[in-house]
Amino acid sequence: MRENTIYTETQYYHCGENCKEESVEADNKSFCCQGCKLVYELLQENNLCSYYDLQASPGKTQAILGDRYAYLDQSSIADKLILFKEGDISHIQFHIPAMHCASCIWLLEHMNRLDAGIISSKTNFIQKELHIIFDHTKTSLRNVVEKLHEIAYPPELNLKELEKGEKKALSKSRIYKIGIAGFVFGNIMLLSFPEYFSSGIYEGDDFHVIFGYLNLLLSLPVFFYSASEFLENALMSFRQKVINIDVPIAIGIVAMFLRSIYEVVSDTGPGYFDSMTGLVFFMLIGRNFQSKTYEWLSFERDYKSYFPIAVTRLKGTEEEVVSVHDIKPNDRLFIRNQEIIPADVLLVSQKAQVDYSFVTGESREVTCQHGERIFAGARLVGKPAEVLVQKDVSHSYITKLWNQSSGKSESKSKYAHLTESISKWFVIVTMSIAVGSLLYWYPTDPSRAMLAFTSVLVIACACALALSAPFTFGNMIRILGKRGIYLKNTKVLEQLSNIDTVVFDKTGTLTSAENYKVEYVGIEPTDLQKQLIASLAHASSHPFSRMLSTHLSSSNNSLPITNLKEINGKGIEGLIQGNLVQLGSRSFIHVAEAQNRNVKSSEVGVSIDGKLLGYFYFKTSYRKSATTLLHSLKNEGYKISVMSGDYSFEQTHLEELLEQKEGIHFEQKPIDKLNSIKEVQSHGKKVMMIGDGLNDAGALMQSDVGLAIAEDINNFTPGSDGIILSKNFGQIGNLLRYAKAGHRIIIISFIISILYNLVGLWFAVQGTLSPIIAAILMPISTSSLVVYTVLASSIKARRLGLTKMKA
Amino acid sequence: MSVILILIAFSLLVAGSFLIGFLWSVKTGQYDDDVSPAVRILFDDEILTYKRTT
Repeated sequence: MRENTIYTETQYYHCGENCKEESVEADNKSFCCQGCKLVYELLQENNLCSYYDLQASPGKTQAILGDRYAYLDQSSIADKLILFKEGDISHIQFHIPAMHCASCIWLLEHMNRLDAGIISSKTNFIQKELHIIFDHTKTSLRNVVEKLHEIAYPPELNLKELEKGEKKALSKSRIYKIGIAGFVFGNIMLLSFPEYFSSGIYEGDDFHVIFGYLNLLLSLPVFFYSASEFLENALMSFRQKVINIDVPIAIGIVAMFLRSIYEVVSDTGPGYFDSMTGLVFFMLIGRNFQSKTYEWLSFERDYKSYFPIAVTRLKGTEEEVVSVHDIKPNDRLFIRNQEIIPADVLLVSQKAQVDYSFVTGESREVTCQHGERIFAGARLVGKPAEVLVQKDVSHSYITKLWNQSSGKSESKSKYAHLTESISKWFVIVTMSIAVGSLLYWYPTDPSRAMLAFTSVLVIACACALALSAPFTFGNMIRILGKRGIYLKNTKVLEQLSNIDTVVFDKTGTLTSAENYKVEYVGIEPTDLQKQLIASLAHASSHPFSRMLSTHLSSSNNSLPITNLKEINGKGIEGLIQGNLVQLGSRSFIHVAEAQNRNVKSSEVGVSIDGKLLGYFYFKTSYRKSATTLLHSLKNEGYKISVMSGDYSFEQTHLEELLEQKEGIHFEQKPIDKLNSIKEVQSHGKKVMMIGDGLNDAGALMQSDVGLAIAEDINNFTPGSDGIILSKNFGQIGNLLRYAKAGHRIIIISFIISILYNLVGLWFAVQGTLSPIIAAILMPISTSSLVVYTVLASSIKARRLGLTKMKA
Repeated sequence: MSVILILIAFSLLVAGSFLIGFLWSVKTGQYDDDVSPAVRILFDDEILTYKRTT
C-alpha cells in the first residue's frame, strides 16, 4: 500500500485530467480532489470497479454536495417529478447530461448496488435519460438524486423539468405510416407485374379483376392512414387560403386514388395503385429524413432551464422549502453558495457576492451591499445571504427580456420557404394544363378529355419537387452534425442562405473561454508582494483589477487594507501591512520615464512603497480563427458587427481587427443587443447572431438565425437555432457558404424535376398515359433526384472541407 | 390456376405477419436506443467479494 511511486500516471485515475502538483492519494491511485476520491471509494466499497475497466478515466470532476437537494423531500415537489407511483414502487426519469460512455451506462445501470432501495435503473443513451424504479419505503427521491450526484452524474433538475409534467410522447406514428406504406407498395407492385408484362397471356382469366380489387383493398390503409398527414395539411392550407407543398401532393394522391378506383370498378385498367402507394412511401421517407433532430441537445431553453426548482424561504426563524412558483413579493429567502436567485430581490444581509454570468455572460463577481437590488439569475458566491423578494418570478427583469423577444417566432414563420413559393406556381400551372387539356379534348372526345385531365394530375404530382428540399437539407444537417455544428432543423439551413449581416458577441464568442491574458514585465514580485497586489486589486471593481485579482488568485485570502483610495481613471492605492501599494497608470504611480511609448494593449503599473515593480499588460485573447473568419466574411460581402457587454477598453484593438469603425458596440445590456438586432432587421437585413451565454439569449431569439457557441456539448447553451462547438468556430464561414450551395442544389433539382414532369405531361395531355409509364417514370424521377441531391450536397461538403473529421 | 390465389393469400399472410412484427418492435421501443443494449450485453457479472478496503 505504500508503494506510491509505482503508479506513475500522468493523469488522474478517475477523471483523467492531467495531474497537478497537489493530489489526493488512495490505493496507489491519484485523484485530483477529494470528490473524485470519494467517488472511487464509493465504487470500491460496492464492488463497482469494473467502471474503470470499461473505459480509462471515465469520471467527471466532482462538485461538493451540500443540502442542495433538501427540497426533494417536499412531497409537493417530489410528486411532480415522479412519473407514477404504484404501491411502494415509484418510477422516475432523469435527464443526465454527463452520460457519455460505456462506463457511464454500466455504472448507472448498477445503481441498485449503491442504494438497496433502487430496484432497477435503465439508461437511454440516445436521449441521455435514466429511468429509475425505486422502493420509496426504503429510499427517497432525495437519496436517489444525491447518490447520482455523488457518483458525479447529477440529473438535470430545473424549473422546466417540473413544468413539463408528462414526458413528450415520442412520435412513432410516422414510422408506422412508413412501415405500412412500404408493405403495401411492395405487395401492390408484385401484384401489378403480371398485368404490365402479360399482354394477353392470361386472357380469359379473371386474374386482373381479382388483382385489381386486391390492390384496391391493400391501398385503403395507405390512403386513409399513411397519407393522412398530406391530405390534412392540404385541407388546412386550403382553409387558410395559402398553398403549401402538401397541396400538389394531395391533389396527386386523390387524383390517382379516384382514377384507380374508377378503372378497377369499370374494368378498364389496373389503376395507379402502385404509383400512389410508392409516392406516399417516398414522401414519408423524405419527411422522416428531413426531421433529423438531435434529441439530446436542447434548443428550446429559456430561463426556466436555469432556475432552480425550489428555494428556502424564511418564516420567522423557521426555514421552509418552497417551489419557486410559490414565491411572493416580500418573502424572505435564504440563498446558499452557488444557488441562483430566482427573482428580483433586495439584499437583507450586510454583504453578498454575486456572479451575473448567467445574465450578462461576462464572468464578473459583484459585491452587493445591504439594501441593494439583485436581479434574478444572479448566482450567489461565498457566504449565504438573506434576501427580500420584490417581484414574482414571472415578472423579473430577465423573464421580461424573454417575453419581449417572443414575438419573433411569428416573423420567422412568415418567411416564405423556397419550396412553398414554388409549389404555389406548380399548382397553378398544373391545374391550368389539366383544365386546358380537358377543354381541348371535350368537344371531340369527352371520354378522352376526362382521361387527359386526370392523367395530368396523376403525372404532375409534385413528388420530385417535394423531395428535393428534404433530402438536400436532411443530408446537409447530418454532415454538419458530424462536424460539430448542430442545427435545430432544416429550416435553419434555408434561413442561413439568406443571411447578409453577421453579428458577433465578443466575450466567449470572438474571444475564447479564458478571456484575458495578463502579462507581467518587471521585477519578479515575491509571494508576499503578490499577495499585497492581489489584495489591493480585489478591493476594486475596475475590470483590470478584477482580471488582476483572478490572475493572482493563487494567494488565498486578501489582507486588510487601510487608507484605501481609488481615483477614477487613474488608479488605486492602499496601506497593507504597513506597505503603500499602488496600482494604476504611469502618472498615478509617479513614473518619470518617457511616457510616449506606444503601447497597444492596456497596462497597469505597480509600485510598492514608492518603488516601481513593473507593469501588467492585459490582452484579450481572440480565438485563433477569429481574424481569418472575420476577414473572409467581410470579403464575401457580409456586414459584420460586434456587440459586447464589456467595457470599451478593447475598442481600438477590435477596430484594427475588423478594419472598420462602425458596428462595434460596447457596454451592451442584453436588451440593447436585442434592440440593435431589431434595428438592423427593420432595414430589411437578415441577421445571423453568434453568441453564448444567457445575455445573448434575447438577441439570439430575435435574429433570423441564432447560433450558440459551446465549449463542450454538454454545457448549457441559450435557446438558439443551432449549437456550434467552439473548436469549429472558424467553420462559420463555411457554414454560410454551404447553406448557399444547398440553395443552389435545390434549385437545380427543381429544374430536373420539371423536365421529368414535361415528359410525363407529354403523354398525359394526349390521354395516352398508361399506368406502366407512370409506374416507371415515378420511381426513376424520384430516385434520380434523391441520388442527385444527396451526392451534390456531399461533394460540396467535401470541397469545403466539411467532411474532414477532426478528432 | 386457383393455386396462385392460395399462394397469393398465403404470401400476403406471411408479409402481413412481418409487418405486424415490425410495428410491434417499434411500439415496444426497440429502436429507441441503439447504444445501451449493445453495450449492456457485454457487461459481465463479476463475482461479488465483500471485503471492505477502506
